[in-house]
Formats: sequence, structure tokens, C-alpha cells
Amino acid sequence: MTAPARLVSLLETLGLTPVVPLVRLCLGEDPREQLALLVNLVGLPVLGGTLFLLFWAAVAGGVKTSIGSVPGPAQVWRQAVGLFREHQAEREHEREFYARQTLIRARYEKAFPGRAWPAHKYSGAPTYVDQIETSLETVFAGFVLASLIAVPVGVFCGLSKGFYNAVNPFVQIFRPVSPLAWLPIVMILVSALYGSASSGLPKAFVSSAITVALCSLWPTLINTAIGVGSIDHDHLNVARVLRLPLGVRLRKIVLPSALPYIFTGLRLSLGVGWMVLIAAEMLAQNPGLGKFVWDMFQNGSSDTLALIMVAVFTIGIIGFALDRMMLVLQRLVSYDRAAVR
Amino acid sequence: MAILELSGVSKSFGRGERRTCVLREIDLAIAEGEFLAIVGFSGSGKTTLINLIAGLARPDGGSIRLDGREVDGPGPDRGLVFQNYSLLPWLTVEENIALAVDNVFPGWPRERRRELIGRHLDLVHLGPARHKLPRQLSGGMRQRVAVARALAMNPRILLLDEPLGALDALTRGALQDEIERIWEAERKTVVLITNDVDEALLLADRVIPLSPGPEARLGPPVPVALPRPRDRRELNHDPEFKRLRAAITGWLLDAGAVRKVAVGPRPLPRLLTAA
Repeated sequence: MTAPARLVSLLETLGLTPVVPLVRLCLGEDPREQLALLVNLVGLPVLGGTLFLLFWAAVAGGVKTSIGSVPGPAQVWRQAVGLFREHQAEREHEREFYARQTLIRARYEKAFPGRAWPAHKYSGAPTYVDQIETSLETVFAGFVLASLIAVPVGVFCGLSKGFYNAVNPFVQIFRPVSPLAWLPIVMILVSALYGSASSGLPKAFVSSAITVALCSLWPTLINTAIGVGSIDHDHLNVARVLRLPLGVRLRKIVLPSALPYIFTGLRLSLGVGWMVLIAAEMLAQNPGLGKFVWDMFQNGSSDTLALIMVAVFTIGIIGFALDRMMLVLQRLVSYDRAAVR
Repeated sequence: MAILELSGVSKSFGRGERRTCVLREIDLAIAEGEFLAIVGFSGSGKTTLINLIAGLARPDGGSIRLDGREVDGPGPDRGLVFQNYSLLPWLTVEENIALAVDNVFPGWPRERRRELIGRHLDLVHLGPARHKLPRQLSGGMRQRVAVARALAMNPRILLLDEPLGALDALTRGALQDEIERIWEAERKTVVLITNDVDEALLLADRVIPLSPGPEARLGPPVPVALPRPRDRRELNHDPEFKRLRAAITGWLLDAGAVRKVAVGPRPLPRLLTAA
């Protein structure tokens, strides 16, 4: 493959399809065709977005609520900027705090030689960016937990019809259960079993992560089972003729063959997990985006709606980014796209 | 002494009224180093027969013995080349063969296994393509990889299940020559399943027609005494070749015609004894 072709296929693998015509244009390929593509892939989405914003701005001011009128895009943007400024200010505070502490520590150690310095941690409120981080950590913890359960169980389901029949009723019954039903059970169980020790992860984090796992493991489980169950019969015959031991059979035949399905499942699971997370955080009071939305709601200030809308966009954009990330991973591991690597 | 012996082998599929008998009372003995071809129409039970020998399916009745031991499952002592290659698409040519070699000779030092893989890649002229994935290869090349994989296991017997069925006529001819060359070099016992009478006569020491199923039975064996190496162009004008081809084709067509007319199982006329 030539270098430009390699670049184009890399961009396509990364899901950056809209950039492709631009690259091709720079490479001097048929400009008319590439411009048409550019209009389709970039122009139309921009147009659609603009129309949406205009409609929103026109309609928003007219709707009055108990806490003021519905904010338009400009107000929401201002709140987003405000949240980011707040975060920067908070970080500045933190830096100052630790800088002061270092100074004081030096004096303390001079005054009381041999005595250990009782270090203090900065205890400012989590900022919006911190909350995003907490949410991401929670969803990944839940997602990893879900995958660790769902992939092996799915593989067994795919390999053994009997096992599948035994597990299937539970899967079908638990799959549609809302996170809001799981969460109280999980919180009580976590309180009882995880202990009251403040060491390690906070309970709210654990409860939220487990709830995410409970709700998001099903797509991975089902897709893995389907992927493993639909392995080409001839490939299994190869394994039989070679008398491959179970480990090799799994590693060389079953898993590579099922990998595209497994990753489709993982991608769906992460999407479900992210959606579930917000609800779980609201109830469990895990200091992430869910808690942010809930706190703003309880706040009831004139900025409430705009702040929650900032959260809505944040959740949406991060969800989209996570999905894209999984899509790229999925493309990289699928054997039928192996050459694109 | 026969290396592979089938006696009274039957195989049916389905249950109750749906039950169809695919193979009935098959007797067959293959000598060490022999190249045997079994020719039959599509759907006559050829693949079932080779699956039984490979151990991928179990017979309902009768026995299959390899070197005197009952076949009770698949194993690398019978190198099976599948109809549709069955290469693992996520492994390169070399890795596909290595998967077989590493599992059949786990006790060998690494170097010796690499050498064995390399030798078989060279045998099928695929050394330069060793790092390619199967989908980057043509059908003919894929089948050569499959042959190399089967041979690298050093099987007692090589089973070829319509290995060239999915290839175009020219590639098919080239691969037939290649199979003959490999057989001359390796002198393995080979069972070839095919629907091509010319292919069978070109390659085999002995050709056995299989009547169309259900209840397929083996016809009279036809020894092929044509001198080797056989050249397909010369062969086309060889009177002995023409006679054998006419005999086998005739038997198959008659067996097919009888099959259509017959309501119940009826003994087939032994047409070939007259020839």
C-alpha cells in the first residue's frame, strides 16, 4: 500500500471518515468528487447542528418555569465556561494550599526536629472536571467487572448448549431490569459485605460500579455466546483433527473467531453502562456527573437548567467518544480488518 | 497388508420416518502407499464416507480400522484436507501450518518444528507467501496451504475431500499436477474423493465409483495401470484411459438411472464385468 492509501485507511479505521475527503483533496484526487463528499460528510452535519441551535435559541426564551425561563444555547455555553473557570480556580487554590503547606512543613521540622509532620490533604469540593473523572472511573470499573464476568460466561454458553439452557432464563429475566431497581439491593449488600472500613474505595463508588456492571454485562454475554456458538464448523473440525487441547482451542480458534462479536457486545455494554451510570450516581451519591445533575436539581437556582444542560451535553459527548473508542478497538481486533492495522 | 480397512460400514442420518440411510454396507481395503480415488455424483455420500474415515462422524454399523486399530475419533494420523480449505483466517499461512505442527509434535525442539514447516511450505511452493493471510491468497494457493498443513502432520494416510472442487478448470489442472508430484515425492497413502472421473484417472492407482445415495454403495474397483508420470494432454488420446473413463462414467450413469427407477433397495447390475 502507498503512504497516502495507508493514511486514508488509518483515518477510516479511526472513524475519522469526514477528514478523508479533505486528505484526498490535498493529495490532488478528483476535486469535484471529493468536494461533494466533503459537503455530505461535513457540510450537512454542520448545517443540521446550526439549524438545531437556532431553533433552540428561538424557542427557549418563551418557556417559563418556576426557576426562570428555559436557557438558550448562549446561556448554556456561558455556564460551561463558568464551570471550567471554577475548576481552574479550584486547582489554583489547591496549588497554593500545598505550596503553603511545604513552607509550614519546613518551619515545623525546624522547630520540632524528629517529630513527623502531620500532612494535610486538600479538601476542596470536587469540580466539574473532577466529577467527570469520577464518572469515567466508575463506568470503567463497572465495565471491566461486567466484562470479566460476561466474556467467560458467554464463552461457556457458546460452547455448551446445556450451559446456555441453564443460564438463559436468568439472562432473560435480569436483562430488562432497571438500574434503579438494582441499586438499593446493591447498596445494602455493599454496606453489609464491603465493610465500614474507610480504607479503599468509597461505598458509593463501589455500589455505582456494581450497578453499572449488573446492567451492562448482558449485551457482552449474549454477543459472546452468539459469536462462540456460530464458529465455522470446519474450524472446529480442524481443532478436532489436530486434537487441540481446550486452552489452545480457545486461544487459537474460539476467541479469534468470536472476537468481532465480543467487541460488538462490549461496545453495546459500555454504552448501556454509561447510560445507567448517571442514574446510579444520582441515587448512590457517587460524586460524578449523576450527583452533579441531582445536586443542581436540588439547588433550584436560576442557573439550574443551564447547568444540567451542560451536563447533558457532556454526557452525550463522552458517550459518543466512548462508543468511537470501542469502534476503533473493534476494527483493530477483527481479523477481517487485520490488514488495516 | 491393508493400512485402512472398512468392513460393513453403514451410516444414516435423522430419526424415525425421516431416517435416511446414506451409506450401506461399505467394504473397502487400502494398501500402504496406494493412491485410491472414490468417484461419485454430488450428494452421493462421498463426504460422509471421508468424515467416517477421518473420525469426525461415527458409523452406525461396521468397523473402520487404521493399522488394525479401530478408529474412534479424529486424529492427526489421518491428514484431512477439507473441501473448503478450512484455514483459520486470522492466522498467516505459516501460523496455520505451525498450529498443526506444534500440536502434533509438541516434544520436538523449536528448530526442528520450524524446519518441518519450512520444508512443507517449499513443497507446495508457498515459501514467499508464508506471512500472508489466507484471504490474500487465491483459492488454489489456499488449497495448497491446506495440503501442506495436512502433510506436515506426517499422517499415516492423507484424505482429500474434493480438494479441487471449488477451483476453476485451469487452476484445477495445475493443482492436479502438483498433487501427483507431491505424491511421487512423499509416497503417502492417499484417499481422494472427487466428482471428476478424469481427475481420478489422472491421479489414482485404483478408482472406485460410488453409486448415488441414499444407500450409496461402492461399485467395482477399477485398477488404473497407466504409466506415471501421467501427462494430461497425452492421456486424452490414450485408448486405455478412454476405455476406463467410459467404463466408470457408464457405471455411474447406469447406477444413477437405476436409482431413479428403483423404489426399494435393488441390487445394481454389474455392468463393468462385461467390459
